[in-house]
Amino acid sequence: MENLAVEKKFVVSSSPHVKSPETVQKIMTDVLIALVPAVVAAAVFFREQAIIPIVICLIAAMATEFVLVRKGGFFSDGSAAVTGVLLALTLPPGVSWWICVIGSVTAIFLGKYVFGGLGNNIFNPALVGRAVLLASWGTRMTEWYSPIDLQSTATPLAEPGAASMLDLFTGSVAGSLGETSAIALLIGAAYLLYKKHINWRIPGGYIISAFILGALISPAGFQFELADGLFHVLAGGLLLGALFMATDMVTSPVTPKGQLIFGVGCGILTVLIRVYGNFPEGVTFAILIMNAVTPLIDDATKPRIYGGVKS
Amino acid sequence: MTTKTFKGGTHPPHDKPAAGKAIVTAKVPAKVVIPLSQHIGAPCEPLVKVGDEVKMGQKIGSSDSFISAPVHSSVSGTVVEIAPHPHPGGSPSMAVVIENDGKDTWADGVKPKKNLDELTGEEIIEITKEAGVVGLGGAAFPTHVKLIPSEEGLDALILNGAECEPYLTVDHRLMVERPGDMIFGAKAMMKALKTNKCFIGIEVNKPDAISAIREAIGGDSSIEVVELEVKYPQGSGKQLVTAVMDGLEVPTGERSTAVGVQVANTATALAVGDAIKTGTPLIKQAITVAGSGVNESGNFLVRIGTMVPELLEQAGGLKDDAAKMIWGGPMMGGAQASIDLPIIKASSGILFFTEDEVVIDEILACIKCGRCLDVCPAYLMPNTIASASEADNSDLAAKYNAEDCIECGSCSFVCPSKRPVLQWIRLAKADIAAKNRK
Repeated sequence: MENLAVEKKFVVSSSPHVKSPETVQKIMTDVLIALVPAVVAAAVFFREQAIIPIVICLIAAMATEFVLVRKGGFFSDGSAAVTGVLLALTLPPGVSWWICVIGSVTAIFLGKYVFGGLGNNIFNPALVGRAVLLASWGTRMTEWYSPIDLQSTATPLAEPGAASMLDLFTGSVAGSLGETSAIALLIGAAYLLYKKHINWRIPGGYIISAFILGALISPAGFQFELADGLFHVLAGGLLLGALFMATDMVTSPVTPKGQLIFGVGCGILTVLIRVYGNFPEGVTFAILIMNAVTPLIDDATKPRIYGGVKS
Repeated sequence: MTTKTFKGGTHPPHDKPAAGKAIVTAKVPAKVVIPLSQHIGAPCEPLVKVGDEVKMGQKIGSSDSFISAPVHSSVSGTVVEIAPHPHPGGSPSMAVVIENDGKDTWADGVKPKKNLDELTGEEIIEITKEAGVVGLGGAAFPTHVKLIPSEEGLDALILNGAECEPYLTVDHRLMVERPGDMIFGAKAMMKALKTNKCFIGIEVNKPDAISAIREAIGGDSSIEVVELEVKYPQGSGKQLVTAVMDGLEVPTGERSTAVGVQVANTATALAVGDAIKTGTPLIKQAITVAGSGVNESGNFLVRIGTMVPELLEQAGGLKDDAAKMIWGGPMMGGAQASIDLPIIKASSGILFFTEDEVVIDEILACIKCGRCLDVCPAYLMPNTIASASEADNSDLAAKYNAEDCIECGSCSFVCPSKRPVLQWIRLAKADIAAKNRK
């Protein structure tokens, strides 16, 4: 009661005075948790050839962030760890340690830091890292091993028909570390959906449009093959891209309509690049291109305001 | 029965520690400080001078302006000072300071009015005006102005019993404790507005209020309780209209009367009812005192002009580590630097938070998670407006309809980057308004 006698001054700030417990760090931690199934699948299929690159990428990305930003400790907001793991999952098994390091440093520095840090980057940092690696060491980036005998082999995308749909689904095929097992990726994405960090629009638009266009076109011309559509969805990095890369909050639209357009755009570009382009895989560049037009999409898909004209 | 609601909104922690506590009549203070401006509109001119004897319920300030509401003495006694005084609205306001003689002698004019059946709509509006009734949901807009029937007619009056702000429980308690008088007030308002329908929207977390009001309505089919989903800001005027009227939206820039509905707070209906039934002007205010910084949360019926420290004594005083004071609810209320303030009309609550709850977060960059778009009940892009405002670009903020923001604060509440989204939007709105005035 004494404090009523003296004049007490209180903290003054703008409303609201309560905040939700959600933080950027918690979101990033959830994304890392969602990546655990894919990491485990990679470790099961490729053993130390997966574990070593993932650990190197993780540490290199976090160290780069720490050196550049020097704030909030080694884990900081957690985004560098996410970038590191995501990049690692796009790399081929047994990739050299220095490729991991260069990719991670590039991802954090060129992909994020030069734009002003998390939130200001235009492109998905992990994909920037991967794009630079693809352009610089294309051969090393596409040396695949079969998870059965760890012998050199081609990815299913280069030789359609070589892998069964079931193998594609479980991940027992050649490919980058994290992109081979559809089921592991889907489990992780289900967690993100449950936590409401992502919604169905981007992955849904991506997968469905790739499925439809994949069923309709092939290098031989127009066709109607549902199996080819399914193959496009399950093979290569499409699911990893659709569920974890395209859904990156920072580099994708915020409007509901925009998210759908973004997803569909990614799906169409991926199949076009795969069918007509130089690379067997199109996910990386499809998402990077859509990242670039994200501000335009957001601007063009402004929601109708409350009490505004019904559209 | 299904619960109704609007699109968007969020769920702040629903702490209502005083919900089960009956309203306690607070001790009458030895001195009251009655500001001459307790409403939206023109401030009142004093009708008394220093040294005058005043009676309880006597009009001590009024204005000739159309949008204004008179103020009355909440005690009987002597005017000792008329001077600027700190005001919960922020800037000091002229106030009449009255020393209480402790006799509570009523003014002559305070007596029951005619039966509702005998009163005309115009008379009800005049009684409401003379009683100084203002919107008690927080806006304090003069009620008599809102009761003037529109020429196009009115489909319904909606009474707002949502009370969606955490901590605040006075509307809830008034519905539970005085449902009959509230329904009486609702009928008077319907008569003034010339409408045959009244909906009372109540969030379903107040089942006792819902059943008390339903019982008071009895067989009258013109008044209906609408059960609302528990979601913030369910009690915002436009969002309430949308929920109750099944998706009907109030056009941008318009009032709800444009779509044939008028909205008022349940406590306001009670004040209108009291002005007719007993003739008492608005000189008492029900208020919640709560929060971690208060020793005993509770609901109090206080004389207008009571200073906060006197009210706090009855709430067991403040904790030593009380670090923040909020006038109103935690989502939309204003923080106050000092407790040296009088309770005025439409003061719905005063909250105190302890140091550990008063965190000034580090502001991070927007990660475009889109949560603010999901919750915005005005369907805006709060992140974009805020970023434009942060960059001092109010033209861009205007392009994204900053002016349509209802300032509910849901965006700031959900932001994982702890950005003061609403604060930036407010700055943009002020800038846009200044440009429009030029």
